[in-house]
Amino acid sequence: MNYQFKWSVLWSGQSGVWLLQGLITTVEISALAWVLAAALGILSGALRTVPWKPARALATSYVEFFRNVPLLVWMFFWYFGVPPLLPRAIQDWIFNHGAEFWAGMFALGVYHGARMSEVIRSGIQAIPRTQFEASVAMGLTTFQAYRLVIVPIALRLIVPPATSESLNLLKNSSVALTISVAELTFQTRQIETYTAKAIEALTAGTVIYLVLCVGIAAIMARVERRFAIPGLIARGG
Amino acid sequence: MADVAIRFKDVSKWFGKLKVLSDINLAVVAGEVVVVCGPSGSGKSTLIRCVNGLEGIQGGDLVVLGESIARPGVSMSGLRTRVGMVFQSFNLFPHMTVLQNITLAPVKVRGLGAAEAEKTARALLERVRIPDKADHYPANLSGGQQQRVAIARALAMQPKIMLFDEPTSALDPEMINEVLDVMTDLAKDGMTMMVVTHEMGFARRVAHRVVFMDEGRVVEEATPEAFFAAARSDRAKEFLSKILSH
Ligand SMILES: Nc1ncnc2c1ncn2[C@@H]1O[C@H](COP(=O)(O)OP(=O)(O)O)[C@@H](O)[C@H]1O
Ligand SMILES: [Mg+2]
Repeated sequence: MNYQFKWSVLWSGQSGVWLLQGLITTVEISALAWVLAAALGILSGALRTVPWKPARALATSYVEFFRNVPLLVWMFFWYFGVPPLLPRAIQDWIFNHGAEFWAGMFALGVYHGARMSEVIRSGIQAIPRTQFEASVAMGLTTFQAYRLVIVPIALRLIVPPATSESLNLLKNSSVALTISVAELTFQTRQIETYTAKAIEALTAGTVIYLVLCVGIAAIMARVERRFAIPGLIARGG
Repeated sequence: MADVAIRFKDVSKWFGKLKVLSDINLAVVAGEVVVVCGPSGSGKSTLIRCVNGLEGIQGGDLVVLGESIARPGVSMSGLRTRVGMVFQSFNLFPHMTVLQNITLAPVKVRGLGAAEAEKTARALLERVRIPDKADHYPANLSGGQQQRVAIARALAMQPKIMLFDEPTSALDPEMINEVLDVMTDLAKDGMTMMVVTHEMGFARRVAHRVVFMDEGRVVEEATPEAFFAAARSDRAKEFLSKILSH
């Protein structure tokens, strides 16, 4: 083995700037997709438990559809498949406004929304049915019962599995490099191309992902403790 | 003749193929306290859950406070603001303080201001004799205290009718009386109440009428004195001998 390590490639030339830009893009696309995934997950996860069959069927088809489509195919669908269907003017406009970012963000959010939905549903199903009955028995509508009682309790119960799902989302944002979103993995590949130093570039990428994930896990652990339901023992860490 | 608050007319209900209520005919007069008893699985819970629409009926008619609730399109939310319910398992919302539990529906359903709702809630906590627990979470209260909060929470909507489904069955024996005392006060204040309970002492002291159910039917309906002195049906006699023997 005569590979020569040259760590300085990471801070000489453009590399540092690329890594930083990649980091920012990864955080942006993940954060936006996370908000979308959380909204879709809460909505569809709740709908899967309501006493109204058509709503349950709708939410179930959403989840089943995305559980069975690979994320990569889904990203291609939004980036390569959908734009040609749009009028020319709109096509031009979106390609001048970072189409790949929005297609990637949307695909990531909708895909993980379906997975988040399962987490939320299991949280809701862990709540005794009588909590819902007590809510509507005081005159709350089904919507109010979910909004004020059921979902707030469920969210407090699901912080640990929701954390792993959030980390999956962050890691899956790297798939967006396939539609040329210049996120972190994309940038490490670029450094590798320019410097031929694959190990150094990929190590930098790995360390950044690791720090991000550990950071998110730490924040979520604080959130869990902060919002823990009194009387339920919060799991540590 | 006093106002009828609840009237069951030939009410029947099925869960799938299982008939759980058979041709129930029963009227509860405003201000009356009716105790419902009977063996487990006889349909007592189902009977009172029909009154606030937690269960729908499939046959007959059920009129609550002058309104048929068997009709399609009737506002369940509106009905339920007038009919309070207390469950065996308390069902306080664990992520809210006692005060938040009590003010939730008045603010969100009746549109009361926060300050007014809080004032009412504190007065109700006085009434159920735990004024100092307003800012506690349910998990930090005893079972008896939780059930009294649940009663206060139901009363906060100023219901005309209160339904109780075995309110003391989940309590340790030493806490049963603190809950029954609150219910007794409520009855004295003239609340219309349907109470599913096995507390025969309460039935004797407070109820105006005892309804005995078996296999989805009202088998006996009598004043407490008559019921306890001379139950007519064999099923009721058997039930009483079991329940009073310990
Ligand atoms: N949601 C339900 N689905 C199916 N069967 C039920 C349901 N709720 C109650 N039952 C059945 O209906 C019958 C009456 O139940 P219930 O009203 O709870 O009786 P009780 O309160 O007198 O013990 C029982 O046989 C019970 O198993
Ligand atoms: Mg019961």
